[in-house]
Amino acid sequence: MKKPRRSMLFIPGSNAAMLSTAFVYRPDSIMFDLEDAVALREKDSARLLVYHALQFQGYRGMETVVRINPLDTPFGLKDLDAAVRGGAAIIRLPKTDCAADVLRLEAEVDRIERECGREQGSTRLMAAIESASGVVNALAIATSSPRMDSIALAGFDYVVDMQTQRGDGIELFYARCSVLHAARFAKIDAFDVVFSDVNDDEGFLKEVALIKRLGFNGKSLINPRQIDLLHNAFAPTQDELHRAERIVEAAEKAEREGLGVVSLNGKMVDAPVVANAHRILELAKTSYSQN
Amino acid sequence: MEITKEAICGTLESNDLLVKVAPRDELEVVISSAVMRQFGARIREVVEETLRKMEVSHGQIMIEDKGGLDCTIRARVQGAVLRGSECGELDWRVL
Repeated sequence: MKKPRRSMLFIPGSNAAMLSTAFVYRPDSIMFDLEDAVALREKDSARLLVYHALQFQGYRGMETVVRINPLDTPFGLKDLDAAVRGGAAIIRLPKTDCAADVLRLEAEVDRIERECGREQGSTRLMAAIESASGVVNALAIATSSPRMDSIALAGFDYVVDMQTQRGDGIELFYARCSVLHAARFAKIDAFDVVFSDVNDDEGFLKEVALIKRLGFNGKSLINPRQIDLLHNAFAPTQDELHRAERIVEAAEKAEREGLGVVSLNGKMVDAPVVANAHRILELAKTSYSQN
Repeated sequence: MEITKEAICGTLESNDLLVKVAPRDELEVVISSAVMRQFGARIREVVEETLRKMEVSHGQIMIEDKGGLDCTIRARVQGAVLRGSECGELDWRVL
């Protein structure tokens, strides 16, 4: 079963100190940002820093993501070259409005993998949805390529496009549900927006509780101190864990005995419930091995 | 790769380094570092290896290091050389 991914920590690609040390925070995924966090005059140097950081031994064994600039900017293709050749596991494409955006990215990744001898198909893609168009096309985007790994909602540009502003979350309700349904249909992961007020733990945890209940895999983060808060909030409770263990034990017993139907306490347990129990056990394993 | 103009890359923040390059008839590498005694030889090795791969045989390379890792040193030297040369495109095979 795939390792749970709850936290995706943004690191500015131009910040050498953060690139040199961020691995110590052990987020589930680390995202080197070449887009909004990098000033125009440092795009070239950030690209080189990220290329080399991807090969730094501190990040071995960690899932690395690179957020490139959009491909219609002078920086996008150069960023992609650096990220794919550097060995990034995932490319995050900002401002994904339609499936054609992913297909163009896929074609370029194919080409670069061929040129540098990287295993074909080994670079996965994450689409960041930041507009009404992206939300409306979320399903087409999520199912556009076998390389698609995940879909992420980016709140700031989206609320501007919707002519509103960040508030209690109601402004993101439709977008969250839309990208989440697209991700679940495509069987890929879904990440929620960043929570920008790093001093508001209460507000952060309230938002985390909401997106966990909706079904998101995790959240993009901008500050390392949000990692433990997020991981703790996503950890299964003792009750959830015990119930999942009982369900899995019942499923294993049924399999041993050659029974087609799993039952627990006299009630039939459906296959999706068994699958969900496995997911909870995996989440517990990840959560409690880190804490 | 030929250094044809003065250029600068990096910062003087902790874990980083500032690299200045300028055209010269010979290759001159000057390094100062907060950790010179412990890592001076290694810093020079990384800088010279990076310059060799980029085929830089002329120019003044001034480095002020504030504890950059090897990967940061490579990136900053490459950044300064690329900015100081007329070469617009990167040859990733040499990086």
